[in-house]
Amino acid sequence: MKYVDEFRDGALARKLAAAIRAEVAPDRRYAFMEFCGGHTHAISRYGVTDLLPPNVRMIHGPGCPVCVLPIGRIDMAIRLASESGATIVTYGDCLRVPASGGLSLLKAKARGADIRMVYSAADALALAQKLPSRQVVFFAIGFETTTPPTALVIRQAQALGLDNFSVLCNHVLTPSAIMSILESPDVRELGTVPLDGFIGPAHVSTVIGSRPYDFFAEEYRKPVVIAGFEPLDVMQAVRMLVRQVNQGRAEVENEFTRAVTADGNRKAQALVAEVFELRRSFEWRGLGRVPYSALKIRRSFADFDAETRFGIDYLAVADNKACECGAILRGVKKPADCRIFGTVCTPENPIGSCMVSSEGACAAHYNFGRFRDVPVVAA
Amino acid sequence: MSGPIKKGYVRPLDLKHGRVDLGHGGGGRAMAQLIDEMFAAAFANEYLAPGDDGAVLPAPGAGERMVLATDAHVVSPLFFPGGDIGCLSVHGTVNDVAVMGARPLYLAAAFVLEEGFPLADLARIVRSMAAAARDAGVPVVTGDTKVVEQGKGDGVFITTTGVGALARGRDISGRGARPGDVVLVSGTLGDHGMAILSQREALGFETEIVSDTAALHRLVDDLLLAVPDVHVLRDPTRGGLATTLNEIAVQSGVGITLDEATIPIDAQVEAACEFLGLDPLYVANEGKLVAVVPGDRAAAALAALQAHPLGRRAAAIGEVSEDPNCFVQIRTAFGGRRMVDWLSGDQLPRIC
Ligand code: SF4
Repeated sequence: MKYVDEFRDGALARKLAAAIRAEVAPDRRYAFMEFCGGHTHAISRYGVTDLLPPNVRMIHGPGCPVCVLPIGRIDMAIRLASESGATIVTYGDCLRVPASGGLSLLKAKARGADIRMVYSAADALALAQKLPSRQVVFFAIGFETTTPPTALVIRQAQALGLDNFSVLCNHVLTPSAIMSILESPDVRELGTVPLDGFIGPAHVSTVIGSRPYDFFAEEYRKPVVIAGFEPLDVMQAVRMLVRQVNQGRAEVENEFTRAVTADGNRKAQALVAEVFELRRSFEWRGLGRVPYSALKIRRSFADFDAETRFGIDYLAVADNKACECGAILRGVKKPADCRIFGTVCTPENPIGSCMVSSEGACAAHYNFGRFRDVPVVAA
Repeated sequence: MSGPIKKGYVRPLDLKHGRVDLGHGGGGRAMAQLIDEMFAAAFANEYLAPGDDGAVLPAPGAGERMVLATDAHVVSPLFFPGGDIGCLSVHGTVNDVAVMGARPLYLAAAFVLEEGFPLADLARIVRSMAAAARDAGVPVVTGDTKVVEQGKGDGVFITTTGVGALARGRDISGRGARPGDVVLVSGTLGDHGMAILSQREALGFETEIVSDTAALHRLVDDLLLAVPDVHVLRDPTRGGLATTLNEIAVQSGVGITLDEATIPIDAQVEAACEFLGLDPLYVANEGKLVAVVPGDRAAAALAALQAHPLGRRAAAIGEVSEDPNCFVQIRTAFGGRRMVDWLSGDQLPRIC
């Protein structure tokens, strides 16, 4: 436990907080986006915002794999299970993501669809081997961290000559999402999202390295600090961002040197490149269609691509009208701005995807932060 | 329980190799033998001895009221570090009675057995149950046994019901918390749940975490002797401390604020929780007490808890405030603040 406690030390946190307070210019406002859901979770779980000066605002980004999954992709999985009779396996977080017609994978399961939860891509492959008479489809989601394990099982399935295993690929790319936010009218023209810099992903960066962010620093003049998922990492990153802003710098800095290098994990990158290629366009919940922002399975592995094997197409479906997930994922709105937050939409009955995963902005705010929305009588 | 059988009429139960079969639930001779040799032998007492379908019990003292509590136990695995479903089923119900401020008097037990379950394991469970009842001084005075087909149960399910006597004028309830009260816990949190989870083979980590399963009525006695005006008592079982405190907050219409740094958690439990991504505040306990006491009685209550072997690591962990939203909050050791909400989404597997 010692290792972990070092990164959550309250005394150190207070020292860092004092240092940040001393460094911020009192007459300006700072707005930083933490890209990853992992950071969103840490900030809420440890109450990090309470330690930041009032003129430093953290904006939740779209880096929550479950949150950016559009309704239409979940619908595809439900169709595969209910119409093609396939066994759908996926991570637990995906099960409750709202789909069309008031369904979710979990609700489809209750109606008889064969949908199962696994902890890893390897478990999905193992299940296919155990059920030779069933078509097993792994509903793969996630950013660059979860992509290599999916690539690996596809390669293994080919080596094993498995004809009952395929992957419905929803893997997406971090740099494209950041780009899409920087290119969005909210940030570029309207100025509705004042964005002074990014806290860059922890685990994703261990795979892709820090180099892909250089472009944002240079082209868009936005500082990026890659940070670990512990609360002290977040505080340290904020301090580094404040410093860059004050000094008029826009560079990629690495707070998470204990795990991230400039080049990332070359082996993992090669594996991914062998199995996947860029998708021309992919719909993100909240960001809409983003060009070259996702991966699809290469032709040479087409047998393991569920979209090819079952010939299913993607049908875009609009989000619930009241749901503000889109604006929240772009940093334009906060969870409490949503009219149905905490009333119609709760973790037990999520209307939008941000209320599903504990990394989602709405779920994090509901579980950890909603007391801030109401006047609290002093203890 | 059912009637006695003629001794020597059948061969004794084969406790080494025998298994539960459907006949043990059929109401005939096999069932009578199981009850006689397994249950009646282990729980032997004067109320059980007549062998009727119910027990005849003396009424509690004048002015006392009765407390009745019941609890079904479906824990898996049946045997875990620090206990088994047998002693757990005694402790669970004794504690439910005790946290009402009542003196536990008698237990009733219902067993649902799965066809094929080894009699040796059943005997181990029943003996552990009998020992726990004896230690607690609360006899099992009546019971019932059913057998279900293979695949329709999970070895053994045990439901226990407890009766207790509540002293005149005593009023301890989840509705009793008042602003200014202090929240105490009797020891480390999450031990039982993590002891169970660490046994689940799929998790693949080894620890020496031991369940805290224990009967708390004597600890409660000591506490009430020192501080008779305790407002709330609870045993934070399934759902852990967080769930119990949210229940109390809503029942009493108050807010509760905890101090993370003061909450006792065993280092191994904390490490295992970290590994599995769990929050120990939501993990089950089976031998811990939560007490809400008036602020000026907190020191006396804490001393009384710490003086008892089951309360050695007791601590004051938070305070009750006015809050129409009935929120439970925590000041994190990191220096921030957040809510400790009702558990939503995934429920942990069966642990009690
Ligand atoms: S509260 Fe629910 S409906 Fe509103 S934005 Fe969040 S997820 Fe969407």
